[in-house]
Amino acid sequence: MQSPDAIEQEVRRFLKDNFPLSADGVVLDRDDSLIEVGVIDSTGVLELIGFIEERYEVQIADEEVLPENLDSIANITRFVGEKTAASNGAG
Amino acid sequence: MAPAEPLTAESLRLADPAATVDEIAERLRESVYKDLRRRGAVVGISGGVDSSLCAFLCARAFGPERVLGVLMPEGESASDTLDLSQVAAEAAGIETVLEDITRLLEAAGCYERRDAAIRTVMPEYGPDWRAKIVLPSLLGGSRYSLFTVVAESPEGERREARLTATAYREVVAATNFKQRVRKMLEYHHADRLDYAVVGTPNRLEYDQGFFVKNGDGSADVKPIAHLYKTQVYQLAEEVGVPAVIRERPPTTDTYALEQSQEEFYFSVPFDKLDLCLFALNRGVPAEEAAAAAGLDTEVVERVYEDIERKRRAAAYLHAPPLLLAELERSETPA
Repeated sequence: MQSPDAIEQEVRRFLKDNFPLSADGVVLDRDDSLIEVGVIDSTGVLELIGFIEERYEVQIADEEVLPENLDSIANITRFVGEKTAASNGAG
Repeated sequence: MAPAEPLTAESLRLADPAATVDEIAERLRESVYKDLRRRGAVVGISGGVDSSLCAFLCARAFGPERVLGVLMPEGESASDTLDLSQVAAEAAGIETVLEDITRLLEAAGCYERRDAAIRTVMPEYGPDWRAKIVLPSLLGGSRYSLFTVVAESPEGERREARLTATAYREVVAATNFKQRVRKMLEYHHADRLDYAVVGTPNRLEYDQGFFVKNGDGSADVKPIAHLYKTQVYQLAEEVGVPAVIRERPPTTDTYALEQSQEEFYFSVPFDKLDLCLFALNRGVPAEEAAAAAGLDTEVVERVYEDIERKRRAAAYLHAPPLLLAELERSETPA
């Protein structure tokens, strides 16, 4: 299982590689709202879900697609940590 | 700045619809004859209230003999689309041409590309199935809006699947052929008649980017882009758009399964969204707008956020082609 730091670095790299604004010299704080800062839009949320599901081999249910799980780097890191822990526990 | 009068559901109704119609007709004449130097107008008529009102306003401005209605159904249009379009054109007294765009869409691969994208998330989806894309209602909770494809088999069995970002973009890109092919035909008729092309978005659609760039978003003049949907209905009644059109629920008429605009894009009923947009534009606090719209304050806060989000996304749709250097040129004589 990956450490929170490693997850955070991967999430930051994903955002930087895929969303032009975050690649353009904008340094995101861990708690910045990705939607409010304008880094991702509603299609970007779908992309983020796709990235998490594929990279961490977890399934995200519709009811988990919430700002408290996905709207900041801190939230995503925590959410991915919980999902992978649950998935490892179940497996 | 908040309006002096408290906000109510009646706040955005026009005080004098007849005067507004006269004013729009006058501005249409000025725009088309003087600014654009064209001799009439082409209107794509869908059988909905917006395009029907535009046809009536153009008939009022230029005379019905200088307006051409273009009816452009395709294989997946709702069964009443063509009939209602003809009802509207006839009531407005304008000439029409019928252009069935199904073969053009087939040639462009519209249906094939869309179906292939849907199959990436729903492998059983076949050529005889019908589908639509829906968004969850904003009234239900604070979840992000996720696009879902809802499909129905020929036997009537319904399936749902969440779209991936790639599938969503592919489906939208494929179905956008419909609006772009229609606009191509509108400009064809405008070119041969020396007419201007009329765009039919209302204020909600224009503000929120509910149009296809270089599709229904393209036009020479947009006579109702400043009118809230509530006002569109008011003017439609004023000019005599038949009740059968005014009473039809707004639809995208883009997908084979019947789909309301609310399901696809707006997530809240248009009359409530209309009032929220009006309130937001006037700086009315969410609490006051909530009372007027009959919604919870939390819901209005989410609607306000959603409006701002869609505005940000719509900036690209509204942007003209960008030039990277200023062009020096002489003044054109008037």
